[in-house]
Amino acid sequence: MKIAWTLLGAALLLPPFLPISEYTLHILILVLLWAFVYTAWTIMGRFGLVSLGHGAFLGLGTYATALLWNHWGLTPWLGLPLGIATAVLVALVIGYPCSRFKVVGHYFALVTLALTEVVRLSIVAWRDVTGGSLGMTPDLVPANSLMALQFTRITWYWVALGVWAVGLVIWHRVDRSMTRSAMDAISDDETAAAAVGIDVTRQKLTVTIISAALTALGGGLIGQYQMYLNPETMAGVGVSLQIVFAAISGGMYVILGPTVGAVLTIVLQEFLRVLFGTHFIGAAPTIYGIMLILFIIFMPTGICGVVAERMRRKRA
Amino acid sequence: MLEVSGLEAGYGSFRALHDVSLTVAAGEAVAVVGPNGAGKTTLMRTVSGLLGRRAGRIVFEGTDLATVPPHRIVELGIAHVPENRRLFPRLTVEENLKMGAFSPAARPHFAERLEWVYSLFPRMRERRAQVAGTMSGGEQQMCAIGRALMSKPKLLLMDEPSAGLAPVIVDQVFDLVRRIRQEGFTVLIVEQNVRQVLELVDRAYVLEVGTIGKSGTAAELKSDPAIREAYLGI
Repeated sequence: MKIAWTLLGAALLLPPFLPISEYTLHILILVLLWAFVYTAWTIMGRFGLVSLGHGAFLGLGTYATALLWNHWGLTPWLGLPLGIATAVLVALVIGYPCSRFKVVGHYFALVTLALTEVVRLSIVAWRDVTGGSLGMTPDLVPANSLMALQFTRITWYWVALGVWAVGLVIWHRVDRSMTRSAMDAISDDETAAAAVGIDVTRQKLTVTIISAALTALGGGLIGQYQMYLNPETMAGVGVSLQIVFAAISGGMYVILGPTVGAVLTIVLQEFLRVLFGTHFIGAAPTIYGIMLILFIIFMPTGICGVVAERMRRKRA
Repeated sequence: MLEVSGLEAGYGSFRALHDVSLTVAAGEAVAVVGPNGAGKTTLMRTVSGLLGRRAGRIVFEGTDLATVPPHRIVELGIAHVPENRRLFPRLTVEENLKMGAFSPAARPHFAERLEWVYSLFPRMRERRAQVAGTMSGGEQQMCAIGRALMSKPKLLLMDEPSAGLAPVIVDQVFDLVRRIRQEGFTVLIVEQNVRQVLELVDRAYVLEVGTIGKSGTAAELKSDPAIREAYLGI
């Protein structure tokens, strides 16, 4: 296991030194940044807290960072934490009542779905500031400015790799914590968990806050990298579904699951974009939808879940 | 130790309990018996804070439990063995037991209490790595009691420990309860199995359609003609 991780780590250090195209590097950066967001989603998703609200956290992180930079000249080093704080606050405002009044399962998904749309519509409606549905671009500075968090592609690769690795470390630490045991118990039987002395609300809010904060951070960074923000691609149901799809297809119970999901979705996305161009606008979501249904029915633990199960059986 | 007075509780527009009063002294074993639907489980859920009350007081060692959330009630020293055991079926026996010592106060004592529960129930040590949902009903009950004991409670609430078990297993479960008593725990037990439970408690209350009817020592109730006819079938 250790060898496999070392090899993976070493392989990921190579790309900036290889003669690969800018486009390939671009795809790798996208995969790493989105993998970070998907990993963040599974931190709560794996415990039955299926959130369709992560588009909201992503949008808040992205837009807060970019707007503070463009309008007040506030560096992303402050903009990102403020975006994260906003997302955490929203997560608490939604999460606390949901937990207190036992809004779980489908109802929880619906509440968070509404949240996502509220954020997207707010961005669209606040056109004078956010650029509305046309999107916006963070004000450009000469490349590789640490202050503006704007880098060349190679530097971005290192940033993305570092952030992705931090995401995995956090996932692992949650996986080994008492919170994980408590959340397993809660998803098995919430009433019994409360009866044995687990503070259900507190545990749920803990994973929700971690998940929302990391998602907002990921969103902020994706915005900084792409230098273009659009409410359709950074907030709203579309993004939420993309996150859920990637996490489920990759496998939400295995540490590398969301990363595999990111490879799958982003490669698929690029493939469809090249294949259909602008001729068949609804194609990508349609294919996503069909694949999501197939995965949920035939592979509920995702690609990594199936692989892990095979390996376990082989060893036994 | 526990004083319940004028308790009223229910679900929606349904009033499951009204004007229920009872006391449990330290070291005592007290039963609440009564037919299905009398409100026995509701009483247990109200004491352990899982269900809000509408009126009345529940005082545990001088603390009014009115606004105390369930996890704090466990920390105060009340552990609840819920109806139908309510184990975490996908977790192993040991993980289930671990959950019983979840509160910050109990966590440092996890290892020693686990050892103690295993010495009390050697069967659980054998089954430690088994997924709880795959055990027999009696073993699950044992695990549920062990889980409650992990918080080292002062008062143990047991909700129908014999429910859904074969007669032979029921005997074993009541033996377990007897051993818990010998260990010095104060027990409040709710049961439909009136005959057997009266053999192992000091006092009992009869709960009938949401309110306390008769009460007295186990011996008094066993010799009460009305009880004998209604519950003991004699």
